[in-house]
Amino acid sequence: MTASHHVSDELLLAYEAGSLAEGWSLAVATHLSFCPDCRARARQAAALGGALLATLDAVPLADHAFEAVLARIGAPAPASNGAAVRPVASAVPAPLRDYVGADLNAVRWKRIGTAGYQALIPTGDGQTSVRLLRIPAGQPVPEHGHRGLELTVVLRGMLVDGQERFGVGEIEEANDELEHQPCAGAEEDCICLAVTDAPLRFKSRLVRLVQPFLGI
Amino acid sequence: MDWPSRGLLSTLANKRSGSGKLKMGTRRTSLPADTGLLDKKMAACLSAIAETADREAFRIVFDFYGPRVKGFLMRSGGNAARAEELTQETMAMVWRKAGLFDPQKASASTWIFTIARNLRIDAFRRERHPEIDPDDPVLQMSTPPEPHDKLAGEQDAAHLVKAMAELSDAEQRLLAMAYYEDKSQSKIAAELGLPLGTVKSRMRLIFIKLRARLQTVVRDTP
Ligand SMILES: [Zn+2]
Repeated sequence: MTASHHVSDELLLAYEAGSLAEGWSLAVATHLSFCPDCRARARQAAALGGALLATLDAVPLADHAFEAVLARIGAPAPASNGAAVRPVASAVPAPLRDYVGADLNAVRWKRIGTAGYQALIPTGDGQTSVRLLRIPAGQPVPEHGHRGLELTVVLRGMLVDGQERFGVGEIEEANDELEHQPCAGAEEDCICLAVTDAPLRFKSRLVRLVQPFLGI
Repeated sequence: MDWPSRGLLSTLANKRSGSGKLKMGTRRTSLPADTGLLDKKMAACLSAIAETADREAFRIVFDFYGPRVKGFLMRSGGNAARAEELTQETMAMVWRKAGLFDPQKASASTWIFTIARNLRIDAFRRERHPEIDPDDPVLQMSTPPEPHDKLAGEQDAAHLVKAMAELSDAEQRLLAMAYYEDKSQSKIAAELGLPLGTVKSRMRLIFIKLRARLQTVVRDTP
């Protein structure tokens, strides 16, 4: 497979359709925060939803629905965009900030394997496994195979996978066929957001032994 | 490509939609006379709501989108009562957030779709839909600055609807399953008895086809 370092069309469609599980959506939104090209394509995918909505057959609302909504609104003036919260300057994009905070140094890292750290990120979807990974410079992510999809977005440093180098904001979309060995770039530690849909099957015997205790 | 015959998938689609009709394109559904005009009008109404808390404008938006949002939510698996409740919540949100609507970024229909979609995800699946924050400084780090996206703008809504109507029934069915019925690509694959890879590549093709059509239209219209 050729790595594009961008979100694939099918993933963007599912994201904008709203049918993509939360964990995957978090990886997509994180990449979108960094990538104007994918944002433009995402807007096109959302526009499909708008066009579909406009052509849908109308289903009549309950009597007095309009009055009920006015009552729900209560206060006369709608909140204007002036009410927006002042943005925080942070290397962590907004969608991810809601889950892990604005400071990657303040994340509560737990050791994983012999070299590396992770921080699990809970989501509501019950079908993805979402975590931040911190891999020391030049070190491999513990060797793993996986079933299904794996999305990795680089947040700091560089992720090197075979011939491919992924910089900050870039996303690697790996499928089941890919037997790969990502490593942190040699220059500095790599921090990335990693989402998988099946528990990783670590091959290293040591890691497999401790896997039950790490909850991975 | 191993496309099954149109006939087979149409039968499938007809069986599933119950009424025996696909309600997605001009082929079988009557459209608002001019979708572009409609979106322009609705965008103006949203601005009026944001600027002067204009209830007349809100009534117009409500009367057009309310029943469509309800239809959308019912097709997403909600019963009538739940769909009604969520529709009212959606429309209340439209009022409250009108100041955030940016016609440069999305048509009125698209903006309202995303509000209904997010409420649906929250209510039906108890999940969040992580999204970019347009004011996030991280977005400014990306260069070059974003070009104005003509395809998402209001005058292109009409072209998009036309392009969609030209999709095959099978393609329309795939879009409906993803956008209305809240089905993941693996679920779609299972229901249609297709390999996941096939569903993915068809989705990709539909998207590419629509974008290509749009770009043609944009080029041809000075
Ligand atoms: Zn991208």
